[in-house]
Amino acid sequence: MKKIHLIVFALLFYHGINAQDKFLTKEGYVSFFSHSLVEDIKADNNQVLSVIDTVTGKIAIQMLMRSFMFKKALMQEHFNENYVESYKYPKATFSGEIINFSDLNEENDETEIIGTLTVHGEEKEIRTKVNVEIREDGIRLKGDFNVDVADFKIKIPSIVANNIAKTIKVTFELDHKPYK
Amino acid sequence: MKKYVLLSTFILIMPICLVSQDLEAILEEESSDTTLVVASTFNGTRLLNGHSVETRKTGVLEFLISHRFGRVNSGFDQLFGLDESNIRFGFEYAFNDNVTLALGRSSFEKTFDGYVKYRLLYQRTGVKPFPLSITLFGSATEKTIKDYLPENKPTFSERLSYTGQVLIASKINQNLSLQVMPTFVHFNTVPESNDPHDMVALGLGTRIKISKRVSINAEYYYNLNPFESIDVKNSIAFGVDIETGGHIFQIILGNSVSMIEKGFIAETTGSFFKGDIHFGFNISRAFQIKKTK
Repeated sequence: MKKIHLIVFALLFYHGINAQDKFLTKEGYVSFFSHSLVEDIKADNNQVLSVIDTVTGKIAIQMLMRSFMFKKALMQEHFNENYVESYKYPKATFSGEIINFSDLNEENDETEIIGTLTVHGEEKEIRTKVNVEIREDGIRLKGDFNVDVADFKIKIPSIVANNIAKTIKVTFELDHKPYK
Repeated sequence: MKKYVLLSTFILIMPICLVSQDLEAILEEESSDTTLVVASTFNGTRLLNGHSVETRKTGVLEFLISHRFGRVNSGFDQLFGLDESNIRFGFEYAFNDNVTLALGRSSFEKTFDGYVKYRLLYQRTGVKPFPLSITLFGSATEKTIKDYLPENKPTFSERLSYTGQVLIASKINQNLSLQVMPTFVHFNTVPESNDPHDMVALGLGTRIKISKRVSINAEYYYNLNPFESIDVKNSIAFGVDIETGGHIFQIILGNSVSMIEKGFIAETTGSFFKGDIHFGFNISRAFQIKKTK
């Protein structure tokens, strides 16, 4: 009988460990930057959700387009209303995998991340370098990549075509903590 | 014994269930507690003549130039009203997202106006939804035209009038917004002694978007107790709103010549459907004076 108790506890313990295989952040950082001769436009989002499954190396990210903060309030309004149409497509998402996640060095290592980025209802395959820092209490991902505005069918009126870059640089920093 | 086996099996399976839980499902669960403010109920701070619930965000200075020409039925001699032009300049500054202070000057009756707008409530969707946006509006105007005999020179306070409004709006969907505007107007001086000093009016307005940047607006004010000594009509206006980046152009057809509340709500004399229509426009340009972060 005692043995059974032991097994049950062992199993419970095993479950406890296993729950640690997911890491989550609700305050991840994603920004994008557009450089043109007329002006530089930058927007920051500090409310990015991201979750990593350390067993499979799979990662899922999502953010509200409305949470991107611009220096100019009116620009932010137009971004949502006229460009990314946040009322129709409220979220941008990424679903993918960190390559060779289980083989990564504990402290600081570089690998690649591949997956599908969905913005404005349009999907695009992304493959980019990522800096991974694994600590006992968290996993931090850092990196940047470029995307073409045209890939996401975001219409830019000719009157402002010179103000907005064709290629946008996206920067991310996601500091995950153990989930539950 | 059986109990333990069952329990063990359950505990053994549970983590497997957890593993198979979709990462996307976790994100959905974690993001389910969001409430969002409904933005852009109207394109600008003006519906047409009057105000919309919108206020500018912190640190935005908006410069407005508005024109109302003469009546289109005034004939070719007046080039259908275009010979006569009334202009208003206005500066509005948003001290924060909710409070805007402004000053303006109209050529019509050489009137100065100042007002404060306070965004009281925001329409919200999500976990804690709320169907309405509510903004309070209060203005004072000073008429400085010398349309009196020298011996009847009015005092400063006699030249003043006031307007208070509760602007209540709802963005029904992306293309349709509605607004009601209960309004109170007070005149320190009235044309004749039997005219009311205090007036109550109810305004109705709408915006119908026809494309991402173009909308059709309409605005109507029903005056419940108008002046008795002059033949006052209710103010009615239709317009097209075109938004291009930092500019908003509004092309307006209405029966009012005044561009300030006490004027178009209480002193409109044109009969819209008899052709007493003033062609006009508002141009607004917003400048971000102070950065938002």
